[in-house]
Amino acid sequence: MSAPGPCARRLPGEEGIWVFVLGDMLLFSLFFGTFLYYRNEQQELFLQSQLLLNKNYGAVNTLLLLTSSWFVATAVHMYRKNNTVWAGRFLASGFFCGLGFAIIKVTEFNDKFRAGITLNTNDFFMYYFMFTGIHFVHVLIGLGILFFVRRTVLQTPDGSGIRTLENGATFWHMVDLLWIVLFPLIYLLK
Amino acid sequence: MLGDLSKAITLVWIVLFAGSAVSWFLVPEGTQVTSLVPGIAILSIAFFKVRLILLYFMELRFSPQPWRGIFEVWVIVAWGAVTYLYVA
Repeated sequence: MSAPGPCARRLPGEEGIWVFVLGDMLLFSLFFGTFLYYRNEQQELFLQSQLLLNKNYGAVNTLLLLTSSWFVATAVHMYRKNNTVWAGRFLASGFFCGLGFAIIKVTEFNDKFRAGITLNTNDFFMYYFMFTGIHFVHVLIGLGILFFVRRTVLQTPDGSGIRTLENGATFWHMVDLLWIVLFPLIYLLK
Repeated sequence: MLGDLSKAITLVWIVLFAGSAVSWFLVPEGTQVTSLVPGIAILSIAFFKVRLILLYFMELRFSPQPWRGIFEVWVIVAWGAVTYLYVA
């Protein structure tokens, strides 16, 4: 086996986080399939219920998560270039975009509850609350991770925090990509 | 300041925004009827965006096999299964 050269291919972060991410993505692909399966069974109900969703909330949230991911990916590059201060600032910006997502999500759930729509309303709303709710929990965990990763980054200007940063970034990008499928599936698909 | 890699992820971010905008305008307004072609396009754009995030933001583009391959297979299988279930 040859020793890896300076340009060797490498996986960001640790293998463990990738195993976790893969497991989570497999779980969500089951969610996608389940949603479409029951959508086929009750297509009219699903399409009518979908009209009660506020697509604008979902769209703004998509843009917030994409931008948040961009901030975090850029922060990783900055930290690798020993630019700890700007890496910290970009992580904070990524965090606030994610926080924006969470605030909008809470507003959206609140709107639904006030309109008398709950998990028990029908199958569409059961899956809507379940899947976007589980995703929302991921967002909250991701925000906690970004908070601690930023602290680690600021405490390690020597670059020793790179694995921690890469692990956190990998998790956060996964939260983004799961929403990228969940949003069109639930809000847009006719 | 940050070189080509950073430019690449910014370009990807712009493409992701553009993809989101295209999906948005593909949605038939107010209809309660299934419209398959826009639906398939919207799903395909979504999985294309997912692949961009995996390769560029998550850096699988520079990662060793089998990691990149495993996630590429996930994208293809998930896209295929979701599209099949949608059309079926």
